[in-house]
Amino acid sequence: MAAALQTAALLSASPNLIDPQRFRVGLLARSLIGRRGSIFVVRSDGRTSGFFNAKSRSGNFITNAVATKADASTSSTASKPGHELLLFEALREGLEEEMDRDPHVCVMGEDVGHYGGSYKVTKGLATKYGDLRVLDTPIAENSFTGMGIGAAMTGLRPIVEGMNMGFLLLAYNQISNNCGMLHYTSGGQFKIPIVIRGPGGVGRQLGAEHSQRLESYFQSIPGLQMVACSTPYNAKGLMKAAIRSENPVVLFEHVLLYNLKERIPDEEYVLCLEEAEMVRPGEHVTILTYSRMRYHVMQAVKTLVNKGYDPEVIDIRSLKPFDLYTIGNSVKKTHRVLIVEECMRTGGIGSSLRAAIIDNFWDYLDAPIMCLSSQDVPTPYAGTLEEWTVVQPAQIVAAVEQLCQ
Amino acid sequence: MSAFSAVRIPFPAVVAARSTGEKPSSPFLCSPAAAPGIHSSPLRSPRLGRPPLAVSSDVLSSQKPLGSNSSPSYQAVISRDEALELYEDMVLGRVFEDMCAQMYYRGKMFGFVHLYNGQEAVSTGFIKLLETRDSVVSTYRDHVHAISKGVPARAVMAELFGKATGCCRGQGGSMHMFSEPHNLLGGFAFIGEGIPVATGAAFSSKYRHEVLKEARPDGLDVTVAFFGDGTCNNGQFFECLNMAELWKLPIVFVVENNLWAIGMSHLRATSDPEIWKKGPAFGMPGVHVDGMDVLKVREVAMEAIARARNGEGPTLVECETYRFRGHSLADPDELRKADEKSHYAARDPIVSLKKYILEKNLASESELKAIEKKIDDIIEEAVEFADSSPHPPRSQLLENVFADPKGFGIGPDGKYRCEDPKFTEGTAQV
Repeated sequence: MAAALQTAALLSASPNLIDPQRFRVGLLARSLIGRRGSIFVVRSDGRTSGFFNAKSRSGNFITNAVATKADASTSSTASKPGHELLLFEALREGLEEEMDRDPHVCVMGEDVGHYGGSYKVTKGLATKYGDLRVLDTPIAENSFTGMGIGAAMTGLRPIVEGMNMGFLLLAYNQISNNCGMLHYTSGGQFKIPIVIRGPGGVGRQLGAEHSQRLESYFQSIPGLQMVACSTPYNAKGLMKAAIRSENPVVLFEHVLLYNLKERIPDEEYVLCLEEAEMVRPGEHVTILTYSRMRYHVMQAVKTLVNKGYDPEVIDIRSLKPFDLYTIGNSVKKTHRVLIVEECMRTGGIGSSLRAAIIDNFWDYLDAPIMCLSSQDVPTPYAGTLEEWTVVQPAQIVAAVEQLCQ
Repeated sequence: MSAFSAVRIPFPAVVAARSTGEKPSSPFLCSPAAAPGIHSSPLRSPRLGRPPLAVSSDVLSSQKPLGSNSSPSYQAVISRDEALELYEDMVLGRVFEDMCAQMYYRGKMFGFVHLYNGQEAVSTGFIKLLETRDSVVSTYRDHVHAISKGVPARAVMAELFGKATGCCRGQGGSMHMFSEPHNLLGGFAFIGEGIPVATGAAFSSKYRHEVLKEARPDGLDVTVAFFGDGTCNNGQFFECLNMAELWKLPIVFVVENNLWAIGMSHLRATSDPEIWKKGPAFGMPGVHVDGMDVLKVREVAMEAIARARNGEGPTLVECETYRFRGHSLADPDELRKADEKSHYAARDPIVSLKKYILEKNLASESELKAIEKKIDDIIEEAVEFADSSPHPPRSQLLENVFADPKGFGIGPDGKYRCEDPKFTEGTAQV
């Protein structure tokens, strides 16, 4: 549908959405395309755009990853409940609802205030809540993350935004030593209900340093929880859950997913931080994935279904800790596991997940666990090279075929 | 004037004078320089005209004059009660640290223990002016900051012994003293990493005032951050000076310049060793004070804390001080010269204050001895308490990792791992 086209177009387009010109073009394209019944897949540079259209199975599942009607308004219509919005708007909605609900919730980061956030997640919030609640910080990640931690210890609930997750490498001292540890070293006296969030992952030719996946670096830090959102529905729900959590939570967003569109409920909802999401139940193989790779997986699933396979796809969502219940039930059913992640192969989330499955579900496996990860390579600038560093749907298809022999 | 005290130059008024109230004049800060109350927006336009350098000092002239003992040369500016409070606090800190050394060599505490002997004037001078609602952030040399802030000596001693009755349940240790009731926010092992936390606490204070509208008539909650000369070459220090001044946070940055960072002399590590100068570079007053003289420290502290409380923003205070012992109990302390050590030993803050009290007839020798005896008893009791306290049980291992233990996740059986009985036993594998 038109909205699908828009989503796809924006996914393929430069992720540098701070360019308002491009944003307007996207919207224009939407209105021009019209309201036909078919779904377009827009290709640019020979790349597939990674979006999918999943059907609703039951209450816990997302309803539609891509809206089917291009509505001028985002309010609920008589025919369809809920309202449509893009992922970054869903994040903002979750953030705004929590800021309305609790005046201790505040945001700090570079360009979150007047600029509205480099990906517009905090757009309009500074006007509404003031410059102190939505704080534009100087470029000093280690210090303002530490400031967020000090604020959290003394009663506030800050959300620290890394303009790009990679920048939070500068804040590693504070995230590891203070965020993760202070609750423990203080003997439980101080809690740190901080949310650290930002876009990460491999984008479209952003270069090595802007294409980092920090989930593998942070996963060893004790005392930290990590979640990755992938749809507008779970983005809003996880944002709200992270803010309400008493633990420090790192919320990983992906640069390429901010313009995903979905219809989400009008009613308030909060998702569980520790649970995984069943994307597509199946019988033959369990595919575990998260963030952007979910879309590559679902793209591959279309091909696999045509070839007669019935994969079960789980978006693990909670990168630390793993939801061993959902994952375990799936392994017990299918006996074959494929992990598809965007992390590097070495020391990534996949390697931890593999170890956890082997520890807990060894007897249920009929085949070795396969793990498809990004190459252990700094993400190259050249588009062709970049494409080869991350897992593509064709590789996923091949892996499933190999697993299910 | 003693060789090491500061010459103070007031800076001229830069903003409108206060509409109400008389600010006591002081050679440190010019009274009309007060900004009109607490600012409502942290993003004010830049002030016209920076305050010029507030102080100068001859402490680092090439030939360090080993002059006479710096004695307080002004009138008795404190009352008898205040003097005794200061004396008691400093003696408590000193005796506690000496006991720590004894206990360490007897094998009751382990690891890295950094003692504060000689620097008591800074801790006492600042912290005794704070209220409970004010916060203190320290470094690994934090025992005396904790005790001055009000954490019972027995709780600190038990923590050092690694017992479950320690202020952090034995989980923090010497370098991680925390106390929520006393607003002691740590205890940090890496230098510099406490300063952003202190900045955050000050931010909270401002936030509570401006966003949550929890205004108190007696001003903002103040945060005092203590750190050393080595830290002043670290990025976090500069980043926080910038942010604190930018948003006029109610914080005082206290540099305990004891001239040595383990074996690295401050002069060998720093291009411009006068740390107080780095304050005006960021737009805040920088003051140098004789950190071996509790009365001088206290005088400067009063101004700096009042500034913060009134919403005028941060102050950088460099206290020239000295640690009588090595960097830690593992440090052989071979690099510092004997004459430097004896120079500062002659300026022992406790001896100086005692002399002052007796000269000004604020108390008698026997009263001071009684205080010393009282402290000895407190410390003895603290050691007994720590000795007889239990070690943390196994069940304590996994508590406190998460404030919400659901963070350990969902186990294969569908239940949260923290509901597993092995969690309360501390034997579960996370």
